[in-house]
Amino acid sequence: MSSRDLILSKIKAVPLEAKELPTIPEFEFEGDLKARFIASILANKGEVITKAEFFSLLDSGVFEKVYSHIEDFSSFNNIKITEDAHQLNDLNLAIIRGQFGVAENGAIWLEDRDMGLRALPFITEHLVIVLDSAHLVANMHQAYDRIGLQESGFGLFIAGPSKTADIEQSLVIGAHGAKSLRVVLI
Amino acid sequence: MSHPIQAAEFLQDQAKSKWHDETLWFVRDKRDKISKSVPEWENLRELASQIKDNVLANLGSYLEEFEKNAKANNIHVHWAKDAEEHNRIVLGILQEKRCNAIVKSKSILTEECHLNPYLEKNGIEVVDTDLGERIVQFLNQAPSHIVLPAIHLKKRDISEIFHEKLHTEKGNEDPDYLTHAARIHLREKFLSAKVAITGVNFGVAETGEFVVCTNEGNADMGVHLADVHIACMGIEKIIPKRAHLGVFHRLLARSATGQSVTNYTSHFRSPFPGKEIHIVLVDNGRTAQLARPKFKNSLKCIRCGACMNTCPIYRRSGGFSYESTVPGPIGSILSPGIDLQKHSSLPFASTLCGSCTDVCPVKINIHEQLYEWRQEITKAQPDRAKSLAMKIANGVFAVPFAYNLSGNMMRGALKILPDSITYSGLNTWGKQRDLPELPKESFKDWYKKNRK
Repeated sequence: MSSRDLILSKIKAVPLEAKELPTIPEFEFEGDLKARFIASILANKGEVITKAEFFSLLDSGVFEKVYSHIEDFSSFNNIKITEDAHQLNDLNLAIIRGQFGVAENGAIWLEDRDMGLRALPFITEHLVIVLDSAHLVANMHQAYDRIGLQESGFGLFIAGPSKTADIEQSLVIGAHGAKSLRVVLI
Repeated sequence: MSHPIQAAEFLQDQAKSKWHDETLWFVRDKRDKISKSVPEWENLRELASQIKDNVLANLGSYLEEFEKNAKANNIHVHWAKDAEEHNRIVLGILQEKRCNAIVKSKSILTEECHLNPYLEKNGIEVVDTDLGERIVQFLNQAPSHIVLPAIHLKKRDISEIFHEKLHTEKGNEDPDYLTHAARIHLREKFLSAKVAITGVNFGVAETGEFVVCTNEGNADMGVHLADVHIACMGIEKIIPKRAHLGVFHRLLARSATGQSVTNYTSHFRSPFPGKEIHIVLVDNGRTAQLARPKFKNSLKCIRCGACMNTCPIYRRSGGFSYESTVPGPIGSILSPGIDLQKHSSLPFASTLCGSCTDVCPVKINIHEQLYEWRQEITKAQPDRAKSLAMKIANGVFAVPFAYNLSGNMMRGALKILPDSITYSGLNTWGKQRDLPELPKESFKDWYKKNRK
């Protein structure tokens, strides 16, 4: 007997009483979605900036290698993207568009088409996510309602920069992935 | 060795054990604060518990549904009945890909299966990429906590091992500096690995996808740069529908570290064009636990670690004192199911205060199961010292004359006996406790004098 059939037969042999799946109710959310979203991003050690601040950041020239996956900002691109994510190792700034944000925790939903290469939002030194402030939901239930059963091969919530507290519980930003997350809320 | 002996060793370094206790309590406190900011918190716990009840009642059909959908998404699905088969499957994939160095993100299951030593024995370099796990790997230790792997170490210890392994400045204990050194070291490993291994937080039957949560982004750094992603998943990690992720994501990070969500929550549905995803579904004792009506609820665990952070015993004895992959209260009900002989002292490493049950996001009745395991263990291997004491007590309490005589004798003897005898090795109760002050006379004598 294969291990698959062995495991499934062992489970079948256990007498178990039926248990219904519960229905998830709609939980009310009090307060302003945008204010709550911003507070959540800040708590996750990200930043929220305006479009004007974003442009002055780009003009400042602090980022040597820039790649925008958003057509509107592709004039700032100064590297070519190939199929090989390893070549993104020295990328200083990636700009991507988020589909929607979640007010209760600051999580921003992304799919394959939003990042091109899946490594992009992780391997870049700094990350900017452009998000429409009309695209905010209250909580994770509404988030999964909105995602539905889409078929993207990879789906990702990003809620802040890469961080760790593994050394004596001291918070350090920039463990392996992006050292900063700036959300441009438009 | 038993838990009390290991715990005594942990308590030798008083300053460190006090820090351990207070730091974990601080994490527990953060969990309390953030859970109270969610008005429907208790509803969420109830929902999560009911969803998991449904999972356990239909585990086989959800696993088959998951397999069917995952295969349709071009994910390779493997089944392993035990740790040995799991390790063989992983090695087989590595050998087929001619891969001799891998990166691995946090996976308690691979710790349970002892995958690292197995792969190393077969000539594969294994690099744990979670910072805490890399630290304990450098020290040839296991994680002492499932969420905070290096919580038993101080930055001085970490500075020393980094100086030795990564050539950081001697004596530099700055967490920013040390983390940056690890970033540079691990970046090289990420860029060169052809295969990356991850654990799984949730597998979704409805879509055949699986979800991995990290704050560091190390799981994603590994898998998106590698050609092959191997995900190792215990069969109890399955949930029915994608919508149920909403419930679990609201509970997991808040319960674990007091944050509203992990910074990265990755959903793997199908491989990137030209790449491969393998998933290994592992039993290793889980079906046996499912067949134990009193203990099957332990399989509802989502590995948040909240029961460890709150446990007065775990905080004061450290993860290593449990000598089990999952330590703390939940480990003490999971591990006896795997090896009763080895883990027989664990269900006694508890005050049965019930705090673990109170914080559990999926409402596992942990302290009741600890009590149940005690019954099983006492039946299987009666403690001789205690049973002798109980037999004597039984005789004394049954005969009034013997009771009166022994009462008088003890009141007299305890006054004059030196502490070395009163608190000798035979008196296990007295190891950390003082006897109460003795009355001059028995209640019976006092009553005779004062009430006619």
